[in-house]
Amino acid sequence: MRRGKHHVLRATGAAVALTLVASGCGDGGGDRDANTVRVAYMNHGTFIAMDTLMKKVKEEFEADNPDVTIELNAIEAPAEDYQTQVNLMNQSAGEAPDIIYQDTFTINQDADAGYLAPLDEYFDNWEDAENFGDQEREAVTALDGQRYGVMLGTDVRGLWYNTELLEEAGVDTPWEPENWDDILETAREVQSELGDDVTPLNVYSGTPAGEMASMQGFQMLLSGTEDWIFDDESEQWVTSSAGFTDSLEFIETIYDEGLALDPQDALDANIGTLVAEEHIPAGELAINLDGSWNTQSWIEEANQPWPEWEEHMEFVPMPTQNGQGDGATSMSGGWALSMGQHATDPDLVWEVMAYALNQEHATKFALEGGQIPVRDDVAESPEFLDEAPLAEEFTELVGVTKFRPAYSDYPRVSLAIQESMENVMLGEATPEEATELYAEEVEGIVGPDNVTSGS
Amino acid sequence: MSATTATPPLTPDQRRRRPVRAGGGTRPGQRGAARWIIPLGPALFLLLAFFAGPILWTVWASFTNAALTGAQAAQTEFIGLANFERLLADPRFASATILTIVFLLGSGVVGQTVLGLTLALLLQNRHALVRGAVGVIVVGAWVVPEVVAGFVWYAFLEREGSLNAVLGFGGVESQNWLFTAPMLAVILANVWKGTAFSMMTYAAGLSEVPSDLKEAARVDGASGFQVLFHVVLPLIRRTIATTLLLVTLQTVQVFTLIYVMTSGGPGSRSTTLPLLMYEQALQLGDLGYGTAIALALLLVAGLFSLVYVRMLGTEAKR
Repeated sequence: MRRGKHHVLRATGAAVALTLVASGCGDGGGDRDANTVRVAYMNHGTFIAMDTLMKKVKEEFEADNPDVTIELNAIEAPAEDYQTQVNLMNQSAGEAPDIIYQDTFTINQDADAGYLAPLDEYFDNWEDAENFGDQEREAVTALDGQRYGVMLGTDVRGLWYNTELLEEAGVDTPWEPENWDDILETAREVQSELGDDVTPLNVYSGTPAGEMASMQGFQMLLSGTEDWIFDDESEQWVTSSAGFTDSLEFIETIYDEGLALDPQDALDANIGTLVAEEHIPAGELAINLDGSWNTQSWIEEANQPWPEWEEHMEFVPMPTQNGQGDGATSMSGGWALSMGQHATDPDLVWEVMAYALNQEHATKFALEGGQIPVRDDVAESPEFLDEAPLAEEFTELVGVTKFRPAYSDYPRVSLAIQESMENVMLGEATPEEATELYAEEVEGIVGPDNVTSGS
Repeated sequence: MSATTATPPLTPDQRRRRPVRAGGGTRPGQRGAARWIIPLGPALFLLLAFFAGPILWTVWASFTNAALTGAQAAQTEFIGLANFERLLADPRFASATILTIVFLLGSGVVGQTVLGLTLALLLQNRHALVRGAVGVIVVGAWVVPEVVAGFVWYAFLEREGSLNAVLGFGGVESQNWLFTAPMLAVILANVWKGTAFSMMTYAAGLSEVPSDLKEAARVDGASGFQVLFHVVLPLIRRTIATTLLLVTLQTVQVFTLIYVMTSGGPGSRSTTLPLLMYEQALQLGDLGYGTAIALALLLVAGLFSLVYVRMLGTEAKR
């Protein structure tokens, strides 16, 4: 019944969004109590770390400041729907949150829309500022050069594997794949040795998985080829590239040969939760291409704790297609806390933000949210390193990791990628045909002048 | 039209009508206006604020590049017919329109109407106990909130759902029915959910059919089916048309049920216009384009309504 629960939550989220659109359009301010700080954040599926953190912040901050109320808006929706709902709240000053759990990826758009307040002054005068590095500054600075958030944590992506299952299938551990073929070979061995009870390899794919399919799945493949979705120099979107077709071929192979989940299971909108909370702990999945935060589903504080994970699961970088370049690749994102443009009392809002971002809380969030901390004093603290056994492996990948092109056309391009994957996994198009369809689609989205063909 | 300040001579027609008009005071026009405007006021205000307002906003937004975020959210511009041009060239829109019509014909027109009418006919003249039992079951489905109904059907049809458990006894291999037959699944669910409404209106319509007409037909030697097709159905034509109209308007806007069951997938194989609108306006943040789709949805509903209204019209002429 777990799946159902999430489904209902998704639907409720959608219904709330629709109602908000119907009622929220056009109405103006509304009096806000200056002593109330409204926080909006995501609380969905396996991601509950923000909820526990904000509840703790609320309790402690209110105890120290009896006249202040912190109003928590935990939005139960996946990332895309969460952002929609926050954007809808931002349509009216009376509804807008004061503190926003913000994907650094959308900071540009939201700053352009006038939803976020610049934080340079507050940040520069903050005693903790010295613990944040340049990478953090870049991630939260919009094209106008101003800082619109303080980053909480970042992440990397790679291959999780179950040591017992691989050993059972006769694969040497530690497993160190050097190219795509190594991955496929291992998956085939698992398939022939362990049969139907074990799915050899999971790569998220198709539209129901949404951004997970695009980023954890496709872009983890494409970034290991000679091509990429966007050409930074010419500022054009790359279509019809060989790397694109090769990546789709990888998807076709694993779904066609039955190395991955059955497409009808892979196309479940709750596949992410199912993989992390059910398939992996049950020993039904050998290799999973996923995020460094997978551990958040297994720790004590999770919905379905699986504290033994350390004995079973290992993490290894995703190799590039033929082992070229650095030999490994990764994709990264990250979330920040931002201040809403309509904050009634910015000084108070900043105080709450700074409290939520302090060393103790940053450590807690990094551990429970499976994040790579951005604060140096957290990343180096024994408290964090003891509890995060894979911290070193993750940090190594920060050097090779890639980011998504942060342009407003990206969500549509990403959807086109998901559709290409789905066409290929369902056998409705060959990788070549899907690449061509993608090229047409992207040209329609960004215009013919903004496309280039790759290698 | 009122002839109160009538210096010109009245035509015979006006003269005849005059006594019928109530009042006859010196300022009937003003008093009359006050008489209807005051009680209508609150209703008018509510209609304008919550009904006409959003509709006008939708029409306006469909001619702009309004967006949920990004620079266009801060500075929305008028872009003329660009959204509609894009709509006509968009294969997603074409497919969603077809799916909406399939959904409407399958679940609204054929499913709910035929099943609702059949149930109403079967329940006629039955024992109160039978009517009560069937009524509770059918109306129960109608009362259930859409989210719950969607989830019930999801749990029934999914890979580990109860349908597969039942079919498993017969040796049928388990499958995710929402994946293999998404449109059929949502159509069935909507028939299940909406039949009560048409059943109740038809039951009301049928009770209006005078029984002596049916008896007379029987005496003349008509069979049960002949009575149904030549006496009963022509008499309740008006009810059928009205019900079809209401069912159509309800069906084209079904969102929650489909969203819970399939989210419009797999791919876009159950993405009807409301789901496409949601995807474009809210998930992709393109409010302008989303509202253009909303207007197209209005058009689909309007075309079907026109057909029913014409049906009513031809009947009135008979």
